[in-house]
Amino acid sequence: MGKQVDFEKIEKSDRTRRTAIRIVTYVMLTFWAVVVLFPFYWMVLTSVKSYSAYNSEYIPKLFTLSPTLQNYVDAFTAVPLARYFMNTLVFTVVTTAIMLVVTILAAFAFARLEFRGKHIAFTAFLSLMMIPNELVIITNYVTITNLDLRNTFSGLILPSVTSVFYIYLLKENFEQVPDQLYYAAKVDGTSDLKYLLKVLMPICKPTLITITILKVIECWNSYVWPRLITDDEAYFLVSNGIQEIRENGFGRENIPAMMAAVVVISIPLIVLFLIFRRKIMAGVARGGTKG
Amino acid sequence: MKVVLQNLTKKFPGRSKNDKEVTAVNDFNFEIPDGRLIGLLGPSGCGKSTTLHLLSGLQKPTSGRIFFGEDDVTGLPAEKRGVGVVFQNYALYPHLTVKQNILFPLQNLKGADKLSRSEMLEKAYEAAKLVQIDELMDRKPSELSGGQQQRVAIARALVKRPRVLLLDEPLSNLDARLRLQTREEIRRIQKETQITTIFVTHDQEEAMSISDMIVVMKLGVIQQIGKPQEVYDDPVNLFVAKFLGTPPINVFDGKVRDGKLYIGDEAVLDIRDVPDQEVYVGIRPEGFVLCETGSLCCKLGGVEVMGRDISVVSTNQSSVGPTIRSIISAESKVDTGKAEVRFNVKPNKVFIFNRETEERICFRCSSAM
Repeated sequence: MGKQVDFEKIEKSDRTRRTAIRIVTYVMLTFWAVVVLFPFYWMVLTSVKSYSAYNSEYIPKLFTLSPTLQNYVDAFTAVPLARYFMNTLVFTVVTTAIMLVVTILAAFAFARLEFRGKHIAFTAFLSLMMIPNELVIITNYVTITNLDLRNTFSGLILPSVTSVFYIYLLKENFEQVPDQLYYAAKVDGTSDLKYLLKVLMPICKPTLITITILKVIECWNSYVWPRLITDDEAYFLVSNGIQEIRENGFGRENIPAMMAAVVVISIPLIVLFLIFRRKIMAGVARGGTKG
Repeated sequence: MKVVLQNLTKKFPGRSKNDKEVTAVNDFNFEIPDGRLIGLLGPSGCGKSTTLHLLSGLQKPTSGRIFFGEDDVTGLPAEKRGVGVVFQNYALYPHLTVKQNILFPLQNLKGADKLSRSEMLEKAYEAAKLVQIDELMDRKPSELSGGQQQRVAIARALVKRPRVLLLDEPLSNLDARLRLQTREEIRRIQKETQITTIFVTHDQEEAMSISDMIVVMKLGVIQQIGKPQEVYDDPVNLFVAKFLGTPPINVFDGKVRDGKLYIGDEAVLDIRDVPDQEVYVGIRPEGFVLCETGSLCCKLGGVEVMGRDISVVSTNQSSVGPTIRSIISAESKVDTGKAEVRFNVKPNKVFIFNRETEERICFRCSSAM
């Protein structure tokens, strides 16, 4: 009997080990979460400090005892933040909508239709992905200026209504739908367009949602292009608008008001991320393995 | 609806420029009478699926014409032909429920054919009842078994009352039992609806059991068209004889000399009107009669008991295949202790074929030996 295995002991040590691993994991995750979230906290914290309180702190404090919303009121009244907001909204919605139409149709053509030069055209598209964005921006700038589209919405929107990567991603997705479904739809009396709308797009909905969200984020965050192509305040987006606010609105020293504006700008994206975070993760993961 | 194929040919270009083009369907001529069930039968790569695609309009023929009744449909695209197709893997729309799947063809009708919502539902339920899936209407295809998906596919193909129903290997994804059941089901539905039906299969048993007529094909060329039993009893060439029947026909090297048919050195039949020559001799498994004094002597390999009858496996030097399989009734006794077994052959189960062309040589038989 003395040699009997002590199951209880084994179980106990196993449990201790697992608990230890879990504790270490959570400590590391917590640390990382603090690192990532601290800037956000700092942004919100600063935005609720009054200008005078902020300036009186020689070493900025990690909390405030007299929060104020005055900075938010200023952000909407003292500077044209609302207009920048509207501009960005229009820019994002229109760009994303046009981009969806363009990429879906292009991906469908590459995936399903047969036409001369299809493979060459697609290879050319793919090779565009090798060219760094900064290079394209120069030629785009020249083109848009020549078309006399500086300081217009068309000029802002036009260069970003298509995306080779999304076309590629969608094409791959469309091609995974079996041919026989296409044949079945044909026999059932659909045209190509109807097949795309009623069969292909519903089946590929997850990918479509992913690229929509990614595009919205991209539009909201775009800075270089709007900065280059607009110098009229009426067409500023939030990204270059914030720079304008800093230079000519609140002044360089009024950090709390700036932060309030930044919080306002960030909120839509944060909300979007929280709602669709699973889909964004899935999309990014898939894009990663495919790309 | 009568279906007529006239000189129908489909060629596919070779992969590269230097490759020869492939003729998948070579000059097909046949007529399918109204309301029949036709089986297109052949080994893989014989052009049967291509023929089906040509009929459905998913592929365009290189030359030749197709008629549905009196209408020339050769130039019509698939959506205007009024055909129903059941695909090998069913091709149900995964994002739609069974009901929506069946409604789909109706929703695409245009102009004068357009139906009201209630008419559509009525038709959908009618089709669903026919294939007995009216209780599964709100499920998604992924929640159905293979057999149920198959039924949905048939209902979807039938719902708009197609002029012609096409089935592409409809049973190949089902297990053996379900296959048997479903093929009877297809037969029943076809009888009830009286829609001219063409189905493609590589399984000769399947084709023989439910078709009114079978079309045996090889490498894009029609070998023989006829009622299943007629084709079985009267094959035009060695290929057809080999392709039909389970277990398959036994083939021997043989020769005709002086009005006698020899397998090896043994004369098995007296035949008339055939000049002396080397031939292939095909004998159906059921064409053997066990007999102590039989003319054909084979080395006994083994006996398989199957209840209703016995399958005798033996070998013979002249046999083309490795073994000879003969089916005899369970009453006859086979002495398994013996090294050899002797058979007589039934003349109507023996076919002889030309050595070069493999065409059948008809003979008249004076007597069995």
